[in-house]
Amino acid sequence: MTDAAGPLIAVDGTPLKKKLRQALFKSRRRAFLLVAPLLAFIIISFVIPILALLGQSVKDDTFSSIMPTLTVELSQWDAVSEPSEAMFAALVTDLAQARKDKTIGRVATRVNRELSGTRSLFTSSARKAAKLEPPYREALIDVKSKWGNMETWKAMKVASRTYTPGYIAAALDYQLNADGSFTARDEQRQIHVKLFLRTLEISFIVTIACLIIGYPVAYLLSTVSTRTSNMLLILVLLPFWTSLLVRTTSWIAMLQAQGVMNDLFVVFGLAADDDRFSLIYNKTGTLIAMTHILLPFMILPLYSVMKTIPPSYVRAAKSMGATNWTAFWRIYFPQSVPGIGAGALLVFIIAIGYYITPALVGGQDGQMISNIIDFHMRKSLNWNLAAALGLVLLVFVLFLFWLYDRFVGIDNMKLG
Amino acid sequence: MKKLLILTTALTGFGFSANAGEIVAVSWGGAYTKSQVEAYHKPWTAATGNTVISEDYNGGLAEVKAQVEAGNVTWDIVDVELSDAVRGCDEGLLEVIDPSILPAGADGTPAVDDFIPGAISECAVANIVWSTIFAYDSEKMPNGPTKLADFFDTSKFPGKRGMRKGPKANLEMALAADGVPAGEIYDMLGTPEGLDRAFAKLDTIKDDVIWWEAGAQPPQLLADGEVAMTTAYNGRIFNAVAAEGKPFEIVWDGQIFDLDLWVIPKGAPNKDLALEFLAFSTATEQLAAQASYISYGPARKSSAPLVGAYHTDADLMMGPQMPTAPENFATALQNDFEFWADNQDELNERFNAWLIN
Repeated sequence: MTDAAGPLIAVDGTPLKKKLRQALFKSRRRAFLLVAPLLAFIIISFVIPILALLGQSVKDDTFSSIMPTLTVELSQWDAVSEPSEAMFAALVTDLAQARKDKTIGRVATRVNRELSGTRSLFTSSARKAAKLEPPYREALIDVKSKWGNMETWKAMKVASRTYTPGYIAAALDYQLNADGSFTARDEQRQIHVKLFLRTLEISFIVTIACLIIGYPVAYLLSTVSTRTSNMLLILVLLPFWTSLLVRTTSWIAMLQAQGVMNDLFVVFGLAADDDRFSLIYNKTGTLIAMTHILLPFMILPLYSVMKTIPPSYVRAAKSMGATNWTAFWRIYFPQSVPGIGAGALLVFIIAIGYYITPALVGGQDGQMISNIIDFHMRKSLNWNLAAALGLVLLVFVLFLFWLYDRFVGIDNMKLG
Repeated sequence: MKKLLILTTALTGFGFSANAGEIVAVSWGGAYTKSQVEAYHKPWTAATGNTVISEDYNGGLAEVKAQVEAGNVTWDIVDVELSDAVRGCDEGLLEVIDPSILPAGADGTPAVDDFIPGAISECAVANIVWSTIFAYDSEKMPNGPTKLADFFDTSKFPGKRGMRKGPKANLEMALAADGVPAGEIYDMLGTPEGLDRAFAKLDTIKDDVIWWEAGAQPPQLLADGEVAMTTAYNGRIFNAVAAEGKPFEIVWDGQIFDLDLWVIPKGAPNKDLALEFLAFSTATEQLAAQASYISYGPARKSSAPLVGAYHTDADLMMGPQMPTAPENFATALQNDFEFWADNQDELNERFNAWLIN
């Protein structure tokens, strides 16, 4: 098309480009309206709560909102010199107010996270705060000598930051100091990095185990007659439809010391009756139960991909002299890779956030990071740390996803 | 941020509040909830016509906190441990309860004197005394353990041990088994050396421990033969013996007792009814009646003389089954809620780290 020819015109005289745009816009709008309810549902019930919770990993205004006067004083303090009388006075004002508002417990909990043993310091001092007379420094130290310790004040300075990297640091076993620097936590309290690594290890082993067990099953399903494969498929789907809890607890019945497997081992003389195998309440239990539960997520994508591989390719390879192995490895296997990719990624990503199964059968060395997140959500009520751990996990999964896209290619994945 | 949470919870959680004349009472489930249904809920319904919807939970303040902070409270009254009652009150999650609503004891003693010390606090009223003990199967171990030290002695009494997954009670038991007298245990746990000593004692059986979380698990572990002995709540073991005929024995040496209390979440939809129910259920007769269903001690002194036999077995007197019975009480230790309120964050962390290493 040259300039001289002018733009193409539709029958009614409008330029074709414009006409096309209008038509496209209409169909796009219709498509958008069709997905709009789902989109709204996902944003309201999924995206916003997740973002709100993740926000807690860096934002904690407990201290700054309940102890506003002291927060201002603390922000000007250098965390090296002795706390001034003005700081003590601000502390007394805020303590008395917090006691009146019944919010003192929240402050006490917050500071106690930074320095253990300070909870009762706050609650008991707050009870007396309204009656204290200047000079406040002496008066407070008289109530509880801990107010004279630098550690108490440093802990309050750390807690007074509304936007804080402290929780994310804690999720990585580091501690935020009053001067803004980070130090590694003492060895007795380091736990998260180890758990992240173990979560990775378990997810990786489960993925490999699912692949090794699932690949032959999917191959069988895709090569037998439709009648047989439908029958077999039901055997794969039946456990898939059964409640997760039921499957996990049946594994307890199977694997426990007085359970079916161990009874069989004893009958066949593989184990002594008083020295049975520990197959559950440890990492072995987690691995076995998770592999079983996640197996359908591997078999189904593999099956759907294998179904589309024409058997004639393998026959052609054999007719040209390839051995069974060569025909499989050079012809069949490469065509099944998109299924492996999809299945492995699905299993791995589900496994990395797995929670109920390790909680029930994991014992002490089969726990995963999600169990600690649950602990902080339900037991310690440290939702900020739970959010920070969740954020680290999310970033990590996104990173793995990116790696996968980089090396295997996300387009090279087929779910059906 | 909080507004967002409120908005999203309000939109996604189809919050319902109970109809008039109905309250939601939340407790620990199993034999314990059953004892409350029989002794509190049914008589209350019979007396007032109001109904109680019973819900189960696993302890802790998480649900209460979530409901209060989201402004969508559906629970009216909750049965909690003492440390949670104190903490929830400090954090403003619970309604303040005026002790003057509590009726006087059956013998006329005013309520504040009738309840055992510590049973009435700012936001909570206790109903029972329960205890963490350890138990074993007397059929599998005819010459069973008799002292707390035996629990930690796997050469004399081989086999797996069941313990609650958490530092609470386990650290105290470790020190007591190591020979520390009850009166010095919390002082010692407050020092780094004492903590190291407790963890060192736990180390000696760590590889043999199966950790439980829900109160219904330990009797199950014992019945399945998964463990040779396990720590447990005394009422659960009693229930397995009395209701299911299991041959379990309780060892009372070194028991750690604690209170369970009713609390009302801040903003409970039927607060007034819940208060009425609270006053009714903690009256002398109700507490005494509960003791005929489960072996937890009533929190009122005036209930003790009224405690009779087990509800299905007139020969099984409940008095000697209580944690507070004199022959069980000699080496008992009261759970120090202030110690745990102060130190639980750090000790939980250390315990979790100890567990995975």
